[in-house]
Amino acid sequence: MNVSEAKKRAEDESVEEVVTSLFDNIEKSELNAFITLAKESALKEARKVDRNGAKGALGGIPIALKDCISTKGIETTCGSRILKGYVPPYDAHVVERLRAEGAIIIGKTNMDEFAMGPSTETSYFGPTKNPHDLSRVAGGSSGGSAAAVAGEGVPIALGSDTGGSVRCPASFCGIVGLKPTYGLVSRYGLIAYANSLEQIGPFACNVEDVALLLNVIAGYDPRDSTSMDKKCEYTKELRDDVSDVKIGVPKEFFGEGIDEDVEKAVWDGIKILEDVGASYTEISLPHTKYSLAAYYIIAMSEASSNLARFDGLRYGLRLGKDEDWHTTFSEIRAQGFGEEVKRRVLLGTYALSAGYYGKYYLKALKVRTLVKRNFDAALKDVDVLITPTMPFPAFKIGEKTDDPLALYLADVNTVPINLAGVPSISVPCGFSGKLPIGMQIIGRHFDEGKILRMAYTFERHAGVRC
Amino acid sequence: MLKSRKEPGDVIIGLEVHVQLNKLNSKLFCGCSPKYHDAEPNTHTCPVCLGLPGALPVLNEGAVVDAVKVALALNCKIEERTLFYRKNYYYLDLPKGFQISQYDYPIAIDGKISVNGTGGGERHIRIRRVHIEEDPARLVHKGPIECSRYSLIDYNRSGVALIEVVTEPDLRSPKEAREFLNVLRNILEYLDVFDESLEGALRVDANISLAGGTRTEVKNISSYRGVEKALLFEIVRQKNLVRRGIKITQETRHYDEKRGVTISLRTKEEEQDYRYFPEPDLVPLGVCNRIDDIRESLPELPDTKRQRFVQQYGISEYHAKVLTSELRLSNFFETVASEIDPILSATWIADVLKGELNYRGLGISAFPPKHMIQILQILRGKNITEKSAVQVIRTILDRGGEPADIIKQKGLIKVEESTIAKAVAEAIKENPAAVQDCRNGKNEALHFLMGQVMKKTHGRADPNIVNKLLKEKLQCT
Repeated sequence: MNVSEAKKRAEDESVEEVVTSLFDNIEKSELNAFITLAKESALKEARKVDRNGAKGALGGIPIALKDCISTKGIETTCGSRILKGYVPPYDAHVVERLRAEGAIIIGKTNMDEFAMGPSTETSYFGPTKNPHDLSRVAGGSSGGSAAAVAGEGVPIALGSDTGGSVRCPASFCGIVGLKPTYGLVSRYGLIAYANSLEQIGPFACNVEDVALLLNVIAGYDPRDSTSMDKKCEYTKELRDDVSDVKIGVPKEFFGEGIDEDVEKAVWDGIKILEDVGASYTEISLPHTKYSLAAYYIIAMSEASSNLARFDGLRYGLRLGKDEDWHTTFSEIRAQGFGEEVKRRVLLGTYALSAGYYGKYYLKALKVRTLVKRNFDAALKDVDVLITPTMPFPAFKIGEKTDDPLALYLADVNTVPINLAGVPSISVPCGFSGKLPIGMQIIGRHFDEGKILRMAYTFERHAGVRC
Repeated sequence: MLKSRKEPGDVIIGLEVHVQLNKLNSKLFCGCSPKYHDAEPNTHTCPVCLGLPGALPVLNEGAVVDAVKVALALNCKIEERTLFYRKNYYYLDLPKGFQISQYDYPIAIDGKISVNGTGGGERHIRIRRVHIEEDPARLVHKGPIECSRYSLIDYNRSGVALIEVVTEPDLRSPKEAREFLNVLRNILEYLDVFDESLEGALRVDANISLAGGTRTEVKNISSYRGVEKALLFEIVRQKNLVRRGIKITQETRHYDEKRGVTISLRTKEEEQDYRYFPEPDLVPLGVCNRIDDIRESLPELPDTKRQRFVQQYGISEYHAKVLTSELRLSNFFETVASEIDPILSATWIADVLKGELNYRGLGISAFPPKHMIQILQILRGKNITEKSAVQVIRTILDRGGEPADIIKQKGLIKVEESTIAKAVAEAIKENPAAVQDCRNGKNEALHFLMGQVMKKTHGRADPNIVNKLLKEKLQCT
């Protein structure tokens, strides 16, 4: 169900009907897309809209939020046992914006614990399944949000993207997902995994709805020092015209480990855009190969510090034993965090410790600068870059869980974008068997308008929709 | 026989002084008020200063301006680009598991101020750096810290802006350390960046070693006297250890203000690893383009004011130093000196009034300047004696009241010359022996007769007149 269908159904029946039937879908579903359903408050809101009429850009439209986005009065766990029972006393900036525009929050979606993973398998609440094949992962870390849109009829959802966490599940579930430019959407209220890399991003069945949602959540917020005043009317950018666009195709993103079907589908996609007027050239981003290493060092380092506050002292998991404080903290963290979180905290702690800081963290920052320069240089010559979003379609649940390094490699095409801070959208561009494939369109800083227009034009001509 | 051991050498002291910017309207990274001192625990908090998941810091520009002011007053070099870092460590009072502080690229480096050295003469104390950081929460213990069964946490203090002034290890005695703090406190008071009367407004960590020896760190000393006493205790403790051939361990010690001793808090096997890295939620900050404006906004500082007092009012260097040692005292002096001869004013304020205030543990605000002006006017008109003037000051401090009323009530108006002459005549008549002695040149006899006259006039006679009249009558010199 997309936004205009939801609006129509609300007019024909009522918002309450729309929301009720969504909850029916979710409760019947085997996808495990949600951690918490906000049934009571959502229905109350729905009835209010039915009584007073829809107000705002998203009046009466149901939305699902990734469980790392703080919602006042709704439990927010980050997919972790350590935050079980934590009910934030405040709304994230994006949630304030959504409420102001009349959206109805229906629940909090499943995710990799603290957004660490490309498969939603590290969630304390169990993995989310892929709507196209229940034996496969939905992608991650925003797997719950993507599956809710693709498989349960939720019109729009928000995720967060640190190294591909919106684009990966969008690609695996066959929907549209956007990682905005760093600084476009306020992170206030987003429970941090790796602050310098992550952005909140929208999911929807089509590009128009993604643009509509971006209209609502983008914009300056004085509570986030990295927030910028660069917003525009994204829905107005959606024209079926790419004749002025120069596409760059970076060869490093089509390298080893890319599935044949994926490679073909993306090249076919580029052809379609060429056929409707865009031009393309092959280019090179030579430092791409160091991106993964730099990304993981930076992300884990920041995570090791961000996750220090979870000690069970004031909120979240409490074991009920009173010992001296170091023992209490240690036990809560030992039992509250999952294996992948512990692995990343330990590696991050190691990378930041005296004697290793220069060798790892500082070096990673230097690589990051080089990667950023690669993108800046490339995006001077061309308007956008096109690559596969994921090197392969959704893999089987459990297939890669024993091999964390193999799992880290899945992010190879998405993390360089987070290092550079540029915007990037994943749009469905075909199938491998019954499994969807995503095409990634990357743009200049704050040039969301152009990549949305590219995605919109492609969507109209390729005819691949969820 | 005991083997001769090498005597411990010089004392080496370095200070880290934490100053709470408690006059700002908000904390360092959020909008909460830092004026929590009279509030119920945990009432001045928000998601940011509680470190709740998802909350982000936003830098309070006022704190940056204050820090630049302090740095300029300490003759520091302001860095072109300043950065915030996370200092990671676990402690109960740290809600995020890290403190946002500055590490590389502090706001200012390389300053110096001069203090009076213990052995006389000026000594230059180098300032290594000035940086900005947030205050942690406050732990409240039941009983002494080392045997308390539990801690209560008050987050009202969490996130209050601090500046930390770090000296080079240039101080050579506990007294010098205290002198340094006095000079620093004086500058901070002039800059109007903190209210030192509030709990926790100024806290000192002191590093101390004997030349060539291991150093210990005494943490969280919260009074000037405490710094001197804690350092003295540490020196004696360290010297005793050295004499007994025991190795000094590098450790962090707590100063117990009540007992006047330092206690080992934790032994540092090695330097604690804080895993500093740049705070990703705050962007680098450049203050260069504002330094000139801030410099222009600086008030007159103690050193400059002292020099001006000497030049403008012609008072002594000593008086100028006393009068500028507190901002309000210096203002008090200038108010009085605008009406009364500055040299007379300086003497009465610096020598008399200040002494009376110190004796009573009072500040200058306890005495209105207009009263000083009145007293000095009456004194200058020779209507009361100096002794009576002191009595008026004491009465005002102890019980309050207007100078004129007190003089009237206590009958302090100087007696007329004719009354004195009468008393002189009486004293001469009643004490022939003393008169004789006096004529024989015995000074004590003259003093005795003066005493008799003062007694008869209830101490209200001008001693100069009594002296003059007695000498005339007795024709002695």
